[in-house]
Amino acid sequence: MNINLTLISQMIAFAVFVAFCMKYVWPPIMKALDERATKIAEGLAAAERGQQEQEIGRQKALEEMKAAKTKAADIVAQAQKRYNEVMDEAKRDAQGEAERIRTAAHAEIEQETNRAREELRERMATLAVAAAEKVLEKEVDASAHKALLDSFAKQL
Amino acid sequence: MATAELTASDYIQHHLTNLTLGWLPDQGLVFAHDAEEAAAMGFWALHVDSLLWSIGLGVLFLIGFRKVAENVTAGVPGKAQNFIEWVIDFVNENVRGSFSAKNDMVAPLALTIFAWVFLMNLMDLVPVDLIPWAFGQFMGLFGADPHHVYMRVVPTTDPNITFGMALAVFFLVLYYSIKVKGVGGFVGELTLHPFGKFGLPANLILEGISLLSKPLSLSLRLFGNMYAGEMIFILVALMYGHNLVLDLGGGALQLAWAIFHILIITLQAFIFMVLTIVYLDMAHQTDH
Repeated sequence: MNINLTLISQMIAFAVFVAFCMKYVWPPIMKALDERATKIAEGLAAAERGQQEQEIGRQKALEEMKAAKTKAADIVAQAQKRYNEVMDEAKRDAQGEAERIRTAAHAEIEQETNRAREELRERMATLAVAAAEKVLEKEVDASAHKALLDSFAKQL
Repeated sequence: MATAELTASDYIQHHLTNLTLGWLPDQGLVFAHDAEEAAAMGFWALHVDSLLWSIGLGVLFLIGFRKVAENVTAGVPGKAQNFIEWVIDFVNENVRGSFSAKNDMVAPLALTIFAWVFLMNLMDLVPVDLIPWAFGQFMGLFGADPHHVYMRVVPTTDPNITFGMALAVFFLVLYYSIKVKGVGGFVGELTLHPFGKFGLPANLILEGISLLSKPLSLSLRLFGNMYAGEMIFILVALMYGHNLVLDLGGGALQLAWAIFHILIITLQAFIFMVLTIVYLDMAHQTDH
């Protein structure tokens, strides 16, 4: 168990090994470990971000859907309104038309009545002349009594 | 393998002698043939076995890690990368937990210590006689006497190895103490606490002991644990080759001790690493 040159040789070998390890072994492995740690951290962050984005997308979709629903309801309401308007207008038109037709019918009836009355009057005049002829048993000169007959007819 | 011509103490002695290369006055540069010759070589000798195993295992560790580091990917890791990353994460966690200053050298240093010491300790689990016996037979082919060919395969049972590492850590502690606090700050730390400037000699003795105890405790703890562990394996191995009962008992003991030793191997590597981190952290602390 002698202390000798072995000790110094071992010190030198130790120094060389530590230097080698410090230069060629430790840094590359440490670098890889750090890189992997960064990678994993990034991956986790990306996953987190993805989840957030998904959540945002879901919210957006919900909002969009809500907006679409509101719009659809608006459209239906508008259509309802328009329908009512159209109905009212149609009703008004129809009433107007009916009124007009009724007026026209009234006028025609009036006209017809007047004409019938005129005809009746004339017929009555002729009838009256014939009756007078018969009463007088003599031919009445129509022309001689025309004025008389006209005034008579007018009184009918 | 306690053979007939070897006594138990010869056997243990053989196992505790390093393959020593050094100068002998009468023979020049040779491998020591026994413990006396090894001691006679003095300081300018090398424990070739300790150094070869130590450096070999260190290179093995670096090649293994470097291979993974070259093909490292930030994507899905392969099996080898997974394992290496697990080790590195473990070391990094410890460094971040104990070391508060900023120094890019501490974590690779801690990794090197942990992996290297672990591998060196792991050699203890190789059956004690296997490699020395094979090496002795191999050298016997070249005409050497196998009984005088030594081979210790666990570098951490050689105090040169543990002291070498602990001293390197100690020099780092001194270097960073002076770099961070300046010479004045470091000297002040050694002399002005805990009793103020009037208790200077007492402070110096206390702080000096606490400073010097760092490399000592670091190296002796590792050395002591591994040496004792190896010793028990050697003692258990002495039981073999007598009769069936002793063989079976030895086998059971060796297995039990080996399983328990796995814990010690890992724990000692871990303690060496953590203490190094803590000492260096203390060197970086400016407020004492």
